[in-house]
Amino acid sequence: MSSSRPIAESSEWTFPMLERYNEVIGRIAAEEFRLDTYPNQIEIITAEQMMDAYSSVGMPLGYKHWSYGKQFVLTEKNYRRGQMGLAYEIVINSNPCIAYLMEENTAMMQALVIAHAAYGHNSFFKGNYLFRAWTSADAIIDYLLFARNYVAECEERHGEQEVELFLDSCHALMNYGVDRYKHPAPLSMREEKLRQQERETYLQSQLNDLWRTVPVRPSEAAAAVESRYPSEPQENLLYFIEKNAPLLEPWQRELVRIVRKIAQYFYPQRQTQVMNEGWATFWHYTLMNRLYDEGHANDGFMIEFLQSHTSVIQQLPFDHPYYSGLNPYALGFAMMSDIRRICQEPTAEDRYWFPDIAGQDWLKALDFAMRNFKDESFIAQYLSPKVMRDLKLFAVLDDDVQEELEITAIHDEAGYRRLRLALADQYNLGSREPNIQVWNVAHRKDRSLTLRHTPYNRRPLHADSAQEVLKHLHRLWGFTVRLETVSEDGKVELIGECPAAKGR
Amino acid sequence: MATLIDRRLDGKNKSAVNRQRFIRRFKNQIKKAVTEAMNGRSITDIDNGEKINIPARDLSEPVFGHGPGGRREAIHPGNKEFVAGDRVARPQSGAGGGAGGGQASNSGEGEDDFVFELSREEFLELFFEDLELPNLVRTQLAKITEFKSVRAGFSSAGNPANIDVVRSLKGALARRMALAAPYTRRLREAEEQLRQLLAEPPVDEGLAHELMEEIEHLRARARAVPFIDTFDLRYANRVKQPQPTTQAVMFCIMDVSGSMDRARKDLAKRFFTLLYLFLKRNYEKIEVVFIRHHTVAKEVDEQEFFYSRETGGTVVSSALHLTGEIMTARYPTSSWNIYVAQASDGDNWHHDSPACRDLLLKQIVPFVRYYAYIEITPDRHQSLWEAYEEVKEQHPHFAMRQIDGPADIYPIFRDLFKRRVS
Repeated sequence: MSSSRPIAESSEWTFPMLERYNEVIGRIAAEEFRLDTYPNQIEIITAEQMMDAYSSVGMPLGYKHWSYGKQFVLTEKNYRRGQMGLAYEIVINSNPCIAYLMEENTAMMQALVIAHAAYGHNSFFKGNYLFRAWTSADAIIDYLLFARNYVAECEERHGEQEVELFLDSCHALMNYGVDRYKHPAPLSMREEKLRQQERETYLQSQLNDLWRTVPVRPSEAAAAVESRYPSEPQENLLYFIEKNAPLLEPWQRELVRIVRKIAQYFYPQRQTQVMNEGWATFWHYTLMNRLYDEGHANDGFMIEFLQSHTSVIQQLPFDHPYYSGLNPYALGFAMMSDIRRICQEPTAEDRYWFPDIAGQDWLKALDFAMRNFKDESFIAQYLSPKVMRDLKLFAVLDDDVQEELEITAIHDEAGYRRLRLALADQYNLGSREPNIQVWNVAHRKDRSLTLRHTPYNRRPLHADSAQEVLKHLHRLWGFTVRLETVSEDGKVELIGECPAAKGR
Repeated sequence: MATLIDRRLDGKNKSAVNRQRFIRRFKNQIKKAVTEAMNGRSITDIDNGEKINIPARDLSEPVFGHGPGGRREAIHPGNKEFVAGDRVARPQSGAGGGAGGGQASNSGEGEDDFVFELSREEFLELFFEDLELPNLVRTQLAKITEFKSVRAGFSSAGNPANIDVVRSLKGALARRMALAAPYTRRLREAEEQLRQLLAEPPVDEGLAHELMEEIEHLRARARAVPFIDTFDLRYANRVKQPQPTTQAVMFCIMDVSGSMDRARKDLAKRFFTLLYLFLKRNYEKIEVVFIRHHTVAKEVDEQEFFYSRETGGTVVSSALHLTGEIMTARYPTSSWNIYVAQASDGDNWHHDSPACRDLLLKQIVPFVRYYAYIEITPDRHQSLWEAYEEVKEQHPHFAMRQIDGPADIYPIFRDLFKRRVS
């Protein structure tokens, strides 16, 4: 195989060259490494188009909203001033999997990006359980198109401003528009449209039982006073609003639903950052090396590649002036490579820590890891002592009841388990985001909505932004909204109300 | 298994709409920033775009998040000296880096300004928004009126670009039906006769032949009616309606006497540049008369007004005289809205000031819509200001302001030409 000629001798790329790269990389990925991918759709775009793609958070068709404009302005400014390079690629979880490649990339970068996005990310989207359960790659483009048209239609009918303000409110609660446990059925555009119309007509005709004003018999009334609604706390705030907010128009309910669906679509990506990037980085590294081994790439290509690869997986130490936390690429790449090492060259330590995979087929072990975990569980399962040592990880406990910070664990025998647990927790969305649920609706009284915040490790809410979010929530709900927090000893305290109660 | 698509030629301004929305949404903040930015720039680059700063918190999108406090354990890389059980002092908030790095992202207290660039168009539009010439009214139909082309049915003559296809073809169809009518009627009869003739066995060969020939002939005649004729053509007709217009003229009077030192002249020029830019941008049809004066006044063109270096003593009334003359000669009040903007350092030959007042009261102020006088002096006022104050008492549309330094120009300009709710 080493007789094959390098695909590119210069750094200029051409379309036939890209096709050739894609063909070779695709063949190696599928035959040698058995990566299962969606068909690829590789699109070449300019830097300006990349900025467009950027600002719409990678959605190929977003509805119109000022916040994307803000994002665009920001990106444009940073790019123009040379403060940031643009991403070399953007990849979209759809079927076929769309990967955007920037025109300015060199031939090597294009090959790297094809390996990274079109085979790395792509196979992750197709294989990981979260993506399989929560997103439907076949339908997302259709759904985004539906959403865009629907929003445009609403703007025509109800005015841009009104729609925009309403979307603002939905966006404020976007992270609370996700079902964590139920599984939505995939939808196509046609079904979605049909269902939307059905919903609209049906919903309005069926006045929600909750708001019935017809007098009830005394016995029923007594029962109603006792019962709380919802009977159990609800964590999907947007869903609750969509179904129960008393004053929303049908189109508003639909907008809530659109924002909710899009939040749901991005939910897996937020939970698999380390894994997803680690997986893609691992594969571009492996695939590019394979290209070189087979003689498809020359030395210059490899040096350029390694230079770019090392800057991607660079991890600055905590005391570096530019330190900004753990680099998910570095951590993910280190862990993925480490799984391969454990399989191929296990040490006694590895055999003790990972008896299941030490010495096994590395492809199978990696594939299993990719399919069945999210960041939190992946780290809890696979973070090995070696990676902890290599990255020199240490844990700092910041407790507001203590005067000083405490170093609770470092990369030594006594600290491995604690480090691993703490790092896993750091990637747990449940602990990163405040736990806020719908607690009660005073449906027989003032129709006020009460949310309850259950602090995690006594972490308080950010008070100012919480107050702002309550205003948005009030816009959606239409009546008073309150926010309570439950302290560790079970005491409930009102921490926010909108509109603010009088006489207080 | 892969498709390569070249999208480079597709539109690139997908985000333009969102950008516009963003600007519209934060118009107030941006406008404030624009006004602030104006104070810091020299007149030469007023025409350029501008970088705009908005406090980041104004455009944040709130979400529920954790505030500082509580108990959290953060993992950091690159340990060099710590061992388990070490205690370190809590770093000052905002110290960045260090062991506290993990919290910085949570607290979200960043107050960096949000900086972005506006294009020249956007910038000027925002700057001149809400400004207008006061008291502008539609005067009578001006001499050279503006015409607006409006539809007025159809005509049978016109130029080919205006052919109304549907109308013309409708006409053609009707004409074809009408002209072919006699032939088709007879044709139908003849065909019927022939059918009957052939239906009954003993066929009269001669008659049948005759009928067939006639049918042939009639068909040819019917076919000969032309499909379309010049006669059918109809043209969309447009007529021009005169439109009432607003005609306005602005007199710019600048004092260039010796007492106006370089700095003051510069301020005056800045003021007029701003005024000129504003007029050109917001009013399609406006005439500007430039008058410079020292002891004598002279009507000049734009170039000379802004760049000439001629100078001398001060007789303000000379300029007012000239203004009055030009007004009566060229701009009758019946068809013109007249505005005057005058800039001076207020240093006038003191016997001249009462004359100025009289001129204004008699010849100018009653005929203009608005008179703006700016005095460029950090010192106390001189005789001219006092004389003008008398005018101001009598005429509400006479405005006077004092400019001390460059920072005053923009606020005063905005103040003078603020849109008033009448």
